[in-house]
Parts: sequence; structure tokens; C-alpha cells
Amino acid sequence: MATQTHFEKELSDLKEKLLTMASHAETAVRNAVAALVNRDYDLAQRVREEDGVIDRFEIEVDEMAINLLAKAPLASDLRLIAVAMKISQNLERVGDEASKISNRARELSQEPPIKLAVDIPRMANLTLPMLKGALDAFVNQDPAAARAIIPQDKEIDLLNKEIYRALANHMSQHPDTITQCLNLMVVAKSLERIADHATNVAEDVVYLYEARDIRHTGKGSVPGTPGGAAPSPSA
Amino acid sequence: MAEIPLQKVSLRAPGANKGPAAAALIDVQGLSLFYGANQALRNISFSIGEKVVTAFIGPSGCGKSTLLRCFNRMNDLIDNVRIEGTVRIAAQDINSPEVDVIELRKRVGMVFQKSNPFPKTIYENVAYGLRLQGVTRKAELDAIIEESLRQAALWDEVKDRLNTSGLGLSGGQQQRLCIARAIAIRPEIILMDEPASALDPLATARVEELILELKKDFTIVIVTHNMQQAARISDYTAFFYLGQLIEYGPTNAIFTHPSNKQTEDYVTGRFG
Amino acid sequence: MMSEARGQRAPARRGLFRAAQYDWLSFLCTGVTGLATLLIISILAVILGVILINGLPHVSWRFITTGTASDMFDVNKAGILPMIFGTTARVILMTIFVLPAGVLTAIYLTEYARMHSPFTRVIRGAVNNLAGVPSIVFGLFGAGFFVRFIGKGMDGLLYSGKGAIVWGQPAILWASATLAVMTLPVVIVATEEALRAIPQGLREASLALGASKLETIVKIVMPQAIPGIMTGAILAISRAAGEVAPILFTGAAYYMAGLPKSLHDQFMDLGYHVFILSTQSPNVDKTRPLLYATVLVLLCLTFMLNIVAIFVRARMRKKMRLLN
Repeated sequence: MATQTHFEKELSDLKEKLLTMASHAETAVRNAVAALVNRDYDLAQRVREEDGVIDRFEIEVDEMAINLLAKAPLASDLRLIAVAMKISQNLERVGDEASKISNRARELSQEPPIKLAVDIPRMANLTLPMLKGALDAFVNQDPAAARAIIPQDKEIDLLNKEIYRALANHMSQHPDTITQCLNLMVVAKSLERIADHATNVAEDVVYLYEARDIRHTGKGSVPGTPGGAAPSPSA
Repeated sequence: MAEIPLQKVSLRAPGANKGPAAAALIDVQGLSLFYGANQALRNISFSIGEKVVTAFIGPSGCGKSTLLRCFNRMNDLIDNVRIEGTVRIAAQDINSPEVDVIELRKRVGMVFQKSNPFPKTIYENVAYGLRLQGVTRKAELDAIIEESLRQAALWDEVKDRLNTSGLGLSGGQQQRLCIARAIAIRPEIILMDEPASALDPLATARVEELILELKKDFTIVIVTHNMQQAARISDYTAFFYLGQLIEYGPTNAIFTHPSNKQTEDYVTGRFG
Repeated sequence: MMSEARGQRAPARRGLFRAAQYDWLSFLCTGVTGLATLLIISILAVILGVILINGLPHVSWRFITTGTASDMFDVNKAGILPMIFGTTARVILMTIFVLPAGVLTAIYLTEYARMHSPFTRVIRGAVNNLAGVPSIVFGLFGAGFFVRFIGKGMDGLLYSGKGAIVWGQPAILWASATLAVMTLPVVIVATEEALRAIPQGLREASLALGASKLETIVKIVMPQAIPGIMTGAILAISRAAGEVAPILFTGAAYYMAGLPKSLHDQFMDLGYHVFILSTQSPNVDKTRPLLYATVLVLLCLTFMLNIVAIFVRARMRKKMRLLN
């Protein structure tokens, strides 16, 4: 049939809502980092207020998904709905982490700046594309792109450890900057968690489009390696 | 018999919106039905609003088909049937002696479990109800028949063979033909008694999609054994057991969190 | 146990599904039923054969197209046109009477009557008993009821004062009416079967669209039942064509100079003529060929009447099948 069935329309409504939620989450992270870097108190405040919107989206997506599940969908429809619920949860947590970053940004904007802030933007510039990449893979039905994202999480973890060491060092040498350093540690931690959530989304996208569960295998990039095993007929 | 307050009153209750609480199109109060000494329906009370799809679910023999047939008084055809309580359609008691049952059946149509097209041409099948109402001009008949077949998602498949027998169609097509035949006379309410139970999954899906489209113009009550079907197409669901109405509410509530344990057991397949 | 059995049969893999021993019972039954069929066919063949062989030489054009002027026991002078006409006419007249009455009764019993009411049971009982009444009793009934009661009453009404006896005597009308009463159960039962064979779903569909019961019967039920009704007609015709007892006192004449001209005339009849030839002939040997010839013509006439009815039924069935 050329036109959509009612069920297909409901599925595409679900997808749309999820993508709207995703764009809110991405914007929240971007704004929180900008507020941090530019020491923008008002922007930070706005991010915190917007988090309520993201929370409501999670509830709505879950409700739509449950109602759709009652209709006993199968195969790719079933995977889509299950994955939608998981992605919405990950996005909600991303929103919470963005909120935390914005809280630290607010605090830091009241304190005098310190020199080491330069690494945080670099970490943000690695994290944000991960999130965007995972969501783009979802929209573009591109599991290969999703697989490419997963190894980047390791880099973020290493960067986080580096920043910790640098900040710890700085704190011991300049005790008057302890407040700022502790706040920056929290920010780094939040960014690392956002990268984790982006990785989760990427794994869910692979499950959706390849019907293969690659969580907790650590190897995502190449099919043929133990994490990306032989293709299954349902893929 | 005196005609027919039912004809003069519009079956569209004014200001009705979707919901059992709003101005109800079908209102059942204290309905009990007896086949001789056997009680098939026990004190049923609920109401159905306009232009929604309501599903009746329940195990075999729970009375859902019997209740459905009360709405167009098809139970009159059976001997020894006794009714207590009232069934009101558009605020009219349909069992009162002033109501002309023929007029009632023109406003409340029915589609049966086993498709039953007449052994006539496709055209004549759909025209049957129209001719009963005195529509004879060919142009008018042609227009209504085409529209009904389109609404029943059958037009494209049969438009070149309207003069062949209705019995030459496949099972799913025959059922859609019966639906077209029923909607041709523009009833306000359509009753469907397990319309897809004899069809394969593809034909079933087409009939379900059809019902979702018809919802815009008709109030539909459907009896079904298939709970996923009820979840897919209905707005409200009523669960019956042994002649009683156990639970009635919005479909997504009944299927995701029913209030009654019996409903939960039936819906999850733990009994019945 | 399974492996035991398999071990015993293991060598003959292709005999895996063969029975342990030959099925004698099936063979016996097939044999017995086959023999019975053969027996019936041979009896029929013998009867027809004998009649054909002995009768055909004496059936001439003159024989079947003229009436008997003088000696109806002489094979060279007899003509049986009046009998042919009489038999055909009474059968057709009977059909005209019995079909409406039988079909309407069957419609009432199937569509309107309550299944188990005492009234319905009485009617059914009456129909069943009617089927078992001996033909001669019908003949007496016809004479008493149609000829003497109704006929006389009509005479009284129409020709009062003149003392004329027009309807109050044996007539083709009364003979046909009597035959109609006799074949009524056959038509009723055949029609009922035809009506019952129509699925209830069709009636329900029609009623659910807002048709009245009458509209449903006329538009949906009756058209489908017509082949079955025709079957009833065929059965009635077959039975009535050869019956003699019911027409003995109600209309058959020993001899008539010409053909019956109106409904209150008597008529000559093939079956009755066979009876006459067998019992009233002065010279049995001379009459025998005439007897065979008359019987042959009677059989042919019955056969043709049946063929016509079967043909009509086939046409109706074909029309209905074209629709399907």
C-alpha cells in the first residue's frame, strides 16, 4: 500500500518524538559546555530549567512504547519499540548530566577562572560528536556508523583520567583553586558519562538494525571479530 | 406497527465526543437475557460513545456475541429468548413495541463471522440494501456502490468485474464485500462479530486497517477472540465472563494495567 | 514393541505400509453391493427389454396420432391419442395445483412456524401420514369430496334450478385435484429440504440489512430453492403419471369419442387403458401386442415428462451456477 497503515504511522510518531527528545538533549549538552566555557550564568540557568522538558519526553516515549507493545508487534517493529525505550532512558540521563554540568558552570562563573579549563572543551568536542553520531546512525539506519562510535569511548575514558591527574596535581600545588578544580572534575565526570550513554545508544542502534546484541563485548568496530560475529539471517 | 421514532431522531447525539461518559450512543442498563431457563447475560450496564471502536473480549460462551446481537435485535430470530433491562440507542429503548425492528436494522448494520455474500453479482450484493430502501436510479446506485466498495478497500480489486458472482472472491475479499454491503446503507453503527476469525493474517490485517479507517464515519462494536487485534484497533474494551461485564475501559488501560484480577488473568492467558 | 515389529518387517522396506493380511471384509462388501446393483440393473433391463421388443413393432404413427374409431381391442384399428392427451393434461394440471400448495406449505413450515409448537407437529404428522395413504383411498376421497361435495355444490350455485350436472360428475379437473392431494407430501418434503439446505447465514445477512422476513424469502431464499422445488415436481410427476387408482372414480373414462374439451369433461388415460386392455379384452392373444405397445407409450410419455422437468431444472441450475 502506498499510504501508511495506522500502526506504521504510530511507529513513525514514536520515532519522531524520540528524535525531538534527542535534539533537546544534544542542545542541552552543547549549551551547558558553552555556559561553562563562556562563564554564562543565565545560559546555565536555562539548561537546568529545560531538563524538565527532557524528563517529560521520557515519560511520553515510554507510554507510547507500552501502548504499541500491547499490539504485539514483531521483528523490526518489536526491536524498534524496545530500543526506543532504552534510548529515551539514555537521553534522559544525558539531560541530567547536562544539568549537572550547567550547575557546575554556574558555580564556576562566580569564581575566578583558572588556566586548566582548556582540556574540558577538548573533551566536550570529542563527546558531542559521539552523541550526535549515535543519533544520526539511528536516523540514517546506519549500524556501521554506530559501530565506529563505540571504540571512541575508550579515548574519552583516558582523557578523563588525564584531566583528573592534572587537576589533582594543580590542586595540590595551588590549594586556593580547590573549589574550581573539584567542580571541573565533576564536569569531566559528567562528560565521560555522556560518552557512555552515547555508546549505549550506539549499541542499541546496532541491535535495532542488525538484530545483534553487542553490549559488554568491548569490540564494536569490525564484523568478523568476536564482538561482531557472523551475520545472522535476521539481520 | 407504528413507525418509528427511531427514524426521526438523529442517531448522532449532539455534542458527543469520544468517551463512555459523554453523550452515549448505545446505553445498556441492567440487561439480562435468558434462553429459556438459561441465563446468558447477567445485569449488564455500560455505554458506548460515538465514532469509537469498542471491542468485546472474553472466553467462548461468555455472552459477547449474544450481547452484540441485542443491539440490532437479531436475537428476535431465536425462540424462547427473554430480555430484562433496557438497551437504548440514541436515547430510544429499542425493545419497546413502538420501535420498528426493520428501521432499527437499517441504522445498525452487522457483519458476520462467516462471510455470507448473497449468490448474486458483486454489484447486486452491495445494491441489495439500497434497493430495499427504494433507491432505484442506476446513477445513484452506481455512485453509492462505488463509494462503498472504495471505503471497504475493495474497489480496485473488483471494479472490472462487478457483474461476476460475489462467491467467486477469496475469503478476505468476500468479507470486505460484506462490509461494503453493510456500509452502503450508511448505518450509524456497525456491529462486527469476529469478522476476521476465518481469514488468513494478511486478509486480517487489511480488515483491521479498514476498521481503523471506518472509525472516522461509523461507530463500531467488534467481538473478537484475538486480544492483540482488540489492542490494535479498539479505543475501548469490555471484558465479559460467564455473562457478566467484568471490566470496561480504555483499551490501553485494559491491556497494560487492568484493574480486575480476572481481566488480568484472561488477558495474560492464564485462564480461559 | 515397536522395534520388535520393525525387526520382523525390516527386510521388506517397501512393504512397510502393507496390511498384515488381505482385507477380505472390504472385498466381500464391494462384491455384495456390486451384485445388488447388477441385479437391479438387470431386472430393469429385462423389463424394459421385453416391453421394447414386444411393443415397438406395433407402435405406428397412426397408433399414436389418432383415436380409436371402432374396435379398441384390435391392434390395427386402435389409436391412443386421446389417452396420451388425457394423461399429459392431467399431469400438467396436477402440477399446476400441487406446486403452489406444496411450496407455500413448505415455506410456512420452514420459515414461519415455530419449531416445536403442537400446531406445527400436527401439520407435520398430517403430511407424513398423507404420504402413506393407499392410492385407492385417494380415489375414493376424490370421488366423495371433489366430485360429490365440491362439484355438486358448484352445480348448485351456478346452475341452481336448472338441475344440470356439470361439475358434480367425474372430470379431468377433479382427477387432477385428487392427484395433487396425493403428491402433496412429496412436493412439501422436497421443498423443505431445499429450503433447509440454504444456509441460515444468508437469511441473517438479509435481515440484518433491514429486509422484512417476506422480502428475505422472496429475494434470497426462493431463488435458491427453485432447483429443489423442481426436484419435488419431478418426483410428483413421475409418481402421478402412472397412477390409476386415484383417477378411477374421479375422471377416467372407459371410452370417449373425442378429446376432452373443457375442465369438466372426462378423459381417457394410458394407465387406465392398460387396465382395460388386460381385463376387458374379448381376445387376450389378439390384444397382447396392443398391450405391450400401450405400455411402451406410457413409459415413453412418463420418461419424456420427466425429461422436460429435468431439463427445466438443469436450466435453472445453470443460470444459478453462471451467477457463481
